[in-house]
Amino acid sequence: MNLTLKIWRQKDANTQGKIVDYPISEVSPDMSFLEMLDVLNEQLISKGEEPVEFDHDCREGICGTCSLQINGEPHGPDRGVTTCQLHMRMFKDGDTIFIEPFRANAFPVIKDLIVDRSSFDRIQQAGGFISVNTSGNTIDANSIPVNKHDADKSFDAATCIGCGACVAACKNASAMLFTSAKVSQFALLPQGQVEATDRVMNMVRQMDLEGFGNCTNTGACEIECPKGISLENIARMNREYLKASTK
Amino acid sequence: MSGILNSSIARKVAMALSAIFLLIFLLQHFLINFTSVISENLFNELSHFMGTNILIQAVMQPVLIFAVVFHFVMGFILEAKNKSARKIKYVSYNGGANSSWMSRNMIYSGLVILAFLVLHFIDFWIPEMNYKYIQFNPEDPTRYYGELVHKFESPLRVGAYVVSFALLSLHLLHGFQSSFQSVGCNGKYTPALKAFGKYFAILIPLGFIFIALFHHFNH
Repeated sequence: MNLTLKIWRQKDANTQGKIVDYPISEVSPDMSFLEMLDVLNEQLISKGEEPVEFDHDCREGICGTCSLQINGEPHGPDRGVTTCQLHMRMFKDGDTIFIEPFRANAFPVIKDLIVDRSSFDRIQQAGGFISVNTSGNTIDANSIPVNKHDADKSFDAATCIGCGACVAACKNASAMLFTSAKVSQFALLPQGQVEATDRVMNMVRQMDLEGFGNCTNTGACEIECPKGISLENIARMNREYLKASTK
Repeated sequence: MSGILNSSIARKVAMALSAIFLLIFLLQHFLINFTSVISENLFNELSHFMGTNILIQAVMQPVLIFAVVFHFVMGFILEAKNKSARKIKYVSYNGGANSSWMSRNMIYSGLVILAFLVLHFIDFWIPEMNYKYIQFNPEDPTRYYGELVHKFESPLRVGAYVVSFALLSLHLLHGFQSSFQSVGCNGKYTPALKAFGKYFAILIPLGFIFIALFHHFNH
């Protein structure tokens, strides 16, 4: 396949970026999207040009490191996959592909396609944990009975990899899906009840402080989430928040 | 409780509660208006009751005005906040791939509804307030039907009503279910709620359009 890539290039956080055109030829449909970018970068390096910077790590859809807004959608046009799992067979010969960083004030661009998603870390640090004494008297988690339905729902929420596609997809740059998944995974388990009030209040407060937008329930986040995190989690977080607010 | 009104979730819940209140008001408004198609006397009786009942006039009417103003003001505040959360826009943005047009354009359908409400207030509410509370005219329980029919004589006004209710329908197609999601209702009843919301969003505005057209073509 021969393609035209329109890639956001930005020298650093303080420099204004722009879209730069890169024609690329002989792209195999079996390549992953990131392999295609690897090929482009090899060509740029051989020409003495600066390669395109982009985030990646596990390349198997687990780590949540890869990002990229591809033709106006986070992780591209496929569903239930991260950018590293996206294959070039999703495109046609002659296509023009826009590649941009995830956009939100809370995700400032570091360079080219790499954004700083540490705002997610700070939301997690604000309450996305349970406090357990690990001094040697730790109780086996399996000794506490958990309803199967709740365990499954909690596991579903816990599959969020924190990639930021929900923020990137949302027209309001809202981080409600991410935050609600991290609240839900504990809210559904007995182990999470002790700190439930502080958790939801602190995580929502941090989410607001980071400058994410408000959720208007468009559902774009759920559609684009590579892990299929459900909007049910946002409703659950809203309930948890209202419950915590009255305490 | 401190600071709760500054949180994104509190704003969202407040917006949703005002929306649910307005949905209930819209339903009762439709039911009363629809009686004008069935019986002139019944419509006059109900309108007279609504226009003279102290609870409705002194309590529900101010609550309704507050809910309408709050819903619009909060809508504008949320829109401004949300727009400012992404200062650098995407060069290529494919919103249609993952969300409905209605959900992404609530502010525009809302603006048309706001324009309609201004027209509606000029048409009905302001003359009504003037008639009752400024000129202190004696109450005439038979006047309501004639006033309604008179308003729908103008094809321009009827056209404006039709367009406005079409936009209201689009607004409700997203807004109905969204308001329940915002207050935390999402579970096994959601598919039924969504289906009911779709019928409500289509049938109620369609009913208002029918009433306007009925009186326009029958008088």
